[in-house]
Amino acid sequence: MSRLGSIGARLYRGEVGYDFVGKRMIWYGVSILITITAVVGLVVQGLNMGIEFKGGAVFTTDRATVSASEAKEYAEEASGHDAIVQELGNGGLRIQVSSLDTKEANKVEAQLAEDLNIPQEEIAADLVGPSWGEQIANKAWTGLGIFMILVVVYLAIAFEWRMALAALIALVHDLTITVGIYALVGFEVTPGTVIGLLTILGYSLYDTVVVFDGLKEASKDITKQTRWTYSEIANRSLNSTLVRSINTTVVALLPVAGLLFIGGGFLGAGMLNDISLSLFVGLAAGAYSSIFIATPLVADLKERDPQMKALKKRVLAKRAQAAAKGEPEDGPTEAVDGTEPQDAVPADAAPAGAVVGQRRQPARGRGKRR
Amino acid sequence: MAAPKKGRGPSGGQGKPGRTLALFLIAMIALTAGMFASGEVKPRLGIDLAGGTTITLKAKAEPGQENAINETNMNTAVGIIDRRVNGLGVSEAEVQTQGREHIIVNIPKGTNEKQAREQVGTTAQLYFRPVLTVAGSEPTPPTPSAGSTPSAGASATPSASASGAAADKGGDDKEKEASPSASATTQGRAVTDALKKAPTPSASTAPTTAQSPEAPAPPTPDPATAKLEQQFAALNCADKTQRSSAGKNAKPTEPTVACGEGAPGQWEKYILGPAEVDGKDVDDAQAAIDQRTGQWIVQMEFTSEGSKKFQKITARLSQQQPPMNQFAIVLDGEVVSAPSVRTTLSANAEISGNFTQESAQDLGNILSYGALPLSFQEDSVTTVTAALGDEQLKAGLIAGAIGLALVIIYLVVYYRGLSLIAILSLIASAILTYTIMSLLGPAIGFALNLPAVCGAIVAIGITADSFIVYFERIRDEIRDGRTLRPAVERGWPRARRTILVSDFVSFLAAAVLFIVTVGKVQGFAFTLGLTTLLDVVVVFFFTKPLMTLMARTKFFSSGHPWSGLDPKRLGAKPPLRRSRRVSATTEPKEA
Repeated sequence: MSRLGSIGARLYRGEVGYDFVGKRMIWYGVSILITITAVVGLVVQGLNMGIEFKGGAVFTTDRATVSASEAKEYAEEASGHDAIVQELGNGGLRIQVSSLDTKEANKVEAQLAEDLNIPQEEIAADLVGPSWGEQIANKAWTGLGIFMILVVVYLAIAFEWRMALAALIALVHDLTITVGIYALVGFEVTPGTVIGLLTILGYSLYDTVVVFDGLKEASKDITKQTRWTYSEIANRSLNSTLVRSINTTVVALLPVAGLLFIGGGFLGAGMLNDISLSLFVGLAAGAYSSIFIATPLVADLKERDPQMKALKKRVLAKRAQAAAKGEPEDGPTEAVDGTEPQDAVPADAAPAGAVVGQRRQPARGRGKRR
Repeated sequence: MAAPKKGRGPSGGQGKPGRTLALFLIAMIALTAGMFASGEVKPRLGIDLAGGTTITLKAKAEPGQENAINETNMNTAVGIIDRRVNGLGVSEAEVQTQGREHIIVNIPKGTNEKQAREQVGTTAQLYFRPVLTVAGSEPTPPTPSAGSTPSAGASATPSASASGAAADKGGDDKEKEASPSASATTQGRAVTDALKKAPTPSASTAPTTAQSPEAPAPPTPDPATAKLEQQFAALNCADKTQRSSAGKNAKPTEPTVACGEGAPGQWEKYILGPAEVDGKDVDDAQAAIDQRTGQWIVQMEFTSEGSKKFQKITARLSQQQPPMNQFAIVLDGEVVSAPSVRTTLSANAEISGNFTQESAQDLGNILSYGALPLSFQEDSVTTVTAALGDEQLKAGLIAGAIGLALVIIYLVVYYRGLSLIAILSLIASAILTYTIMSLLGPAIGFALNLPAVCGAIVAIGITADSFIVYFERIRDEIRDGRTLRPAVERGWPRARRTILVSDFVSFLAAAVLFIVTVGKVQGFAFTLGLTTLLDVVVVFFFTKPLMTLMARTKFFSSGHPWSGLDPKRLGAKPPLRRSRRVSATTEPKEA
């Protein structure tokens, strides 16, 4: 940990770091690629909606010749869809199978009668409507819409509209990826999945807000200095809170990973897979997008602001001036991530310049992209 | 450049961390004790994990309305029943159609089955009808002792033609006192008084009496009136079958006879005018205790249209003589109460009757969610086993426990001594979540399904995020060369702000979804809101005071290598350069 701790310290001071903002195009590319894959998956494969949303068929019998779990297997085999089997109080079974119409239901009924060794007349088949009907879904959409609007308004007030916009984009990004994975893997979408998605919605924003809060603080008096452009400050702020971001992500992901890999994998609890997959993908995407997408987006938007443009000009002019003087007093000695070293940032003339040595900005070269 | 927000108060010079901590622990112990005292030591499980009861309802076509059983009405019925049994959306009940005319309702084990069955079956057609005649329960021979009839002065009202005929029967309103229906008046009066206390925006009463045309019903033709009279005379409300059939299937636009229970076991019969306000005009309803009588009542709020209608009827009735100044609240054909009106009322009304807490709550619940478009009868009631079974829950819990153990290991490795605080906070958070969820089972029917169990496990992980935000702040302060105690105090306001801002977003999500949505999404919103609040509570009243206390111990304040706060390991600059370091941190902002 001492090593970790000291990396933390160096990150905090900006001695080391990764150029998140500068390399944003790579990550935008990665995200766009993943998102496109997800959308294609959605369009091509579609979502496999469960019985709760679409309704299906229900088979009831008063006589159970096999156990509930065996019946589940039979039913899934006969229909090719997920089945829910419950034992009834009178000793019978109730088998619900999603996405069946009358014709298919008859076939499944015949097959089930054979499998369960019960005369077909003793199985009652009926179509059931969705328990999660349109009404519920519509209200959920309304709620989601209202929430999105409110959260954008809130973030615009508490932070600024650019951050609100970036947070929204990151959120949509996370949700698209998660839903896309569902389509690709072909898991059935259950109310549990929806709950998982909503959990992600909350977490994704939570995480983004934590990162933005650091960014806001770091850029508080940005116009009063001429050492760094907004992008550089954003990058610094990301790096200085990187340890925190990693830790929060690891801690949030570990329990879900437990559910997914141990619960779903080893212990073979199928339903857990459904829920924890959406949670795992979503949480990971949420943590990733806060750092790699949301913050660079804010920086991009910010750099279009006339004030920030002016600042950038001033910063660059100053650097050019210093370079012209040819006295890069503290050479960048500690840049570790391979950003082009020498091309900038001699200490400025500001009084704070005295400590510049420790405050090397690894990404300072970025300012030179002209 | 951004708006300021909460959490930027005076920096956290926390005076009495010990006291806060003690209060927190007391609260926690009280909750735990409460949980054991109530005997609900486990959270209630949803139907997917615990099984439950399935009620199959069959829609009954009313004569002449066979077309009423269609998809639209069935879906509406599903929606209404769902809200009735689900209340806050946390009880995990499921409602769906089966075939063309069945609705199945699944309620999880532990829910009050009898209550649920009563709730799903009630049609809840609610009408406010003016009372034209009241009498005791027995069939009425035209003797003066039993009948109490309206005065002739009622002629101005639209309902007068119906009642006018009734008046022929003789008897005057003075006899009402002597009549066996005295209990009705008592009952009515209690409500009236209560009603009087309700705010009355307009005291204007008068003109309505004269302007009768606005009332919905046309004067009833005589043959119908006579028939009603006959029905009324023959009606025996003491007889259960007659009672239940009396007001059933009455068209809201026509006068009808109906029964109502005055005092327990004391039945009265009524002739009622056409309905003037109905259940759709009720915006919200809930059970409450009448401050004056100490009895359970149901309070209703009308929609704006409903208020207008209600204002009209009360304005008119307040001008009448008893019993024509009464209106009857008729639920599914039975008079629940018949208060008399003395002043014009509008926005609110109360129903009093012989309510128990439970029946008042049920009625409030049912009224809030509206009437079913169809009437239903119970086809079958049977228990069902859990669809997921024990092994799923066990696997979930084991996996969750392993996940949390990994979190703890990670925290110990990374934060060393500091992780003690994190782990204690996690435990506090877990205990609070568990006890509150257990207690909410009987309180509001809160039930956990498998997704919610997963959600709770994730939520605990997210709670840990808040500690990390704080710890990293403290470490940053130490890296700036501060000693621990100032670092703990200086780090807090900033960490607090971050925690509040981000938790606010989560809470916003929870609040919006809880208000707008229904069913499972609402249940989820409830859980999210609860865990978010717990996060804030734990961080504020447990983690922070504990941290302050710990900072006073030598182990932590001296920066012991195992404390996780060793300045050297954190890479703090030696004190010599401290002043420069301090200026350096703020440098990007002000240089």
